Amino acid sequence: MPQLGESVVEGAIAKWLKSEGDSVKEFEPIMEVTTDKVDTEVTATAAGVLLKILIPAGTTVTAGTLLGWIGQPTDSIPADSAVLPTHAPISADSAALSTHAPTIEPPNHPTTQPPKDLGFISPVVAKLASEHSIDLIMVKGTGAGGRITKKDVLAFIERRKAAPEEALAPWERPGDGDLFRPTELQMGPPPVVPPVVDGGDRGGADSVMPLSNMRRSIAEHMVRSKHTSAHVTTVFEVDMSKVMAHREANKAQFARDGVNLTFTAYFVSATAVALKAHPLVNSTFAGDSIVLKREVNVGVAVSLGEEGLIVPVVKNADEKSLLGLARAVNDLASRARAKQLKPDEVQGGTFTITNHGVSGSLFATPIINQPQCGILGVGAIQKRVVVVNDAIAIRPMCYITLTFDHRILDGALADYFVAKVKEVLEGWG
Amino acid sequence: MPEMTLIEAIRQGMDEELARDDCVFITGEDVGPRGGVFRATQGLFEKYGPKRIIDSPLAELSIVGVGIGAAVYGMRPICEIQFADFIFPAFNQILNEAARMFYRSGGEWAAPMVIRAPYGGGVGGGLYHSQSVEAFFAHIPGLKVVIPSNPKDAKGLLKSAVRDPNPVLFLEPKKGYRLIKGFVPEGEYTVPIGPAHVSREGADLTVFAYGIMHYYCLQAAALVAKEGISAEVVDLRTLLPVDKAAIVASVRKTGKAMIVHEDNLTGGYGGEVAAIIADEAFADLDAPVKRLCGPDVPGVPFSHPMQDWFMPNPEKIAKAMKELAAY
Repeated sequence: MPQLGESVVEGAIAKWLKSEGDSVKEFEPIMEVTTDKVDTEVTATAAGVLLKILIPAGTTVTAGTLLGWIGQPTDSIPADSAVLPTHAPISADSAALSTHAPTIEPPNHPTTQPPKDLGFISPVVAKLASEHSIDLIMVKGTGAGGRITKKDVLAFIERRKAAPEEALAPWERPGDGDLFRPTELQMGPPPVVPPVVDGGDRGGADSVMPLSNMRRSIAEHMVRSKHTSAHVTTVFEVDMSKVMAHREANKAQFARDGVNLTFTAYFVSATAVALKAHPLVNSTFAGDSIVLKREVNVGVAVSLGEEGLIVPVVKNADEKSLLGLARAVNDLASRARAKQLKPDEVQGGTFTITNHGVSGSLFATPIINQPQCGILGVGAIQKRVVVVNDAIAIRPMCYITLTFDHRILDGALADYFVAKVKEVLEGWG
Repeated sequence: MPEMTLIEAIRQGMDEELARDDCVFITGEDVGPRGGVFRATQGLFEKYGPKRIIDSPLAELSIVGVGIGAAVYGMRPICEIQFADFIFPAFNQILNEAARMFYRSGGEWAAPMVIRAPYGGGVGGGLYHSQSVEAFFAHIPGLKVVIPSNPKDAKGLLKSAVRDPNPVLFLEPKKGYRLIKGFVPEGEYTVPIGPAHVSREGADLTVFAYGIMHYYCLQAAALVAKEGISAEVVDLRTLLPVDKAAIVASVRKTGKAMIVHEDNLTGGYGGEVAAIIADEAFADLDAPVKRLCGPDVPGVPFSHPMQDWFMPNPEKIAKAMKELAAY
């Protein structure tokens, strides 16, 4: 089962388009798969004969599960394939039907890097690292050939003992008492939601709505994000006069090209410029490092009403003109609403924009789309009274917020980033 | 506290034990009026007479055999083997009789005796006067093997050996007899058989040695200290029973260990120390355990350049220490 989106962990086989014994061509659709984000066809990874279907239609399985075998009629199927659990690890076997599996990273470790060659780890170094919970990648080796010696580890432990005390400002240090404890300690573990039941003793007054796949996925992702990143939100106000003027002047022209010039295109464009100026915002926190993303791929949250939302990604947004961005946003949004996005189009985002202003919200504190560093919230554009050159003026104003991961960024740099977005928008033209 | 040579301390130890206990006597080749080839017993014949300082035939089997008989009878013999190289005719007496007497008789009989033997090379003695024999004897349960490295320990350990209820092989580094000097406490004292001694504290690596090699290791440690390497030196002093706790404690501290002995490498005592470290301090190791030993050739060569090639010395030890420290 291919992973059909960054946060998509399972998929349901809607229908097998081939039967056992049918011959298939490489890249020929062989099944339809439904996930909480997209419905799509999965194609054959190799040419041959569909030897065995392991997972029947109608079954939901974890991404990475072996669905069946393609091979030559004379091939024998591994004996244990029939008993593979639905949570089986991704098979890199060329004949397995995991179309995207070999290139897709597990959802929680999107930036795994090849391990650094640590050289020989002596028994005492291994023991010290284990006792003091040291990631040896952090330790500089001074032994023969750069080997990490016992002395190196002991020195690292000493430095680590000394460093945090000095580096952390008083307000960053953990305090005592309940108020300072992490919320999960104060509140206890998140409550286990009981399985779907009927109205019970409330006499049927409440109605129970089973979770859709999408709702369950959103719920899981939102909670995981809150538990993963250190969310901080900063708010700026942008004068949209020049953007509005530009849009009014160019709307008709764009329409002739078949493109609806939305405000979203401007925000994506300004964001891409700011991400190039402050690459740390276009990054991922990877445990012991920060991975700066080469590509600027801006996800745009699209509401699907009650059903939920989906975040198609405008790839390489920094390389596109306003026209190109507008066309991409139009196209992605309309196909998102029609549930016609391809798996690839909801993956690979490096930053996200959510335009909550469309429902009237002035400003919000959105949740980061993992594993990204930040999310830009765009509020409603409203005419407000502002002071310009000591005169009272009426301007189309818009609050923009950046919710960022404080593990990666500090407030000042986050503010520089948002200031850049503001500068681009206010200086448009 | 008077300063004296290694051999003076050994002589003083024997003198005091002869004076303390009438059962103590000395036998060996030329130990009487001649005072021994190394003069270890010089003056004792005049002081204690021919009944207690007894010249023997040139027959090591006899020297040890006579000692065992006397010991079983209740005496406390000190048998001198002129050179450790000559001890092998007595090997059967030591292995099959002396070391097993207490065990074989269910504790009814014992052979409380000291067999003194000058060992080791570096004195131009060639194949027959330079051998290190400790590995053969450190393999014998029931025997104790003691090798002092300095005058204070030599006297104190010898007195403990004389008083021990079972046989003790007391190997004396002959090159150190007059080379190694040191202060010896006045008055009565003993040094217990068994415990090793940390003779120089260090942090980067541990060198285990005994006898003259321990003396050289201290010099080597002083050499490498000038280059910022902190070597700990442990004098094993007793090879059987060995002080495992001291070996493990030092390795636990430094994480790197080497053993130095002039006896040849293969089957040498260093292998036993390395095995103890591998067994009981594996998780504390930061480097392979190294051995700096005599080469695997049939004997210490007579020619001086070849003898120098054979023998570990402070410079060779310092070089090995530096390599281990850099690992």
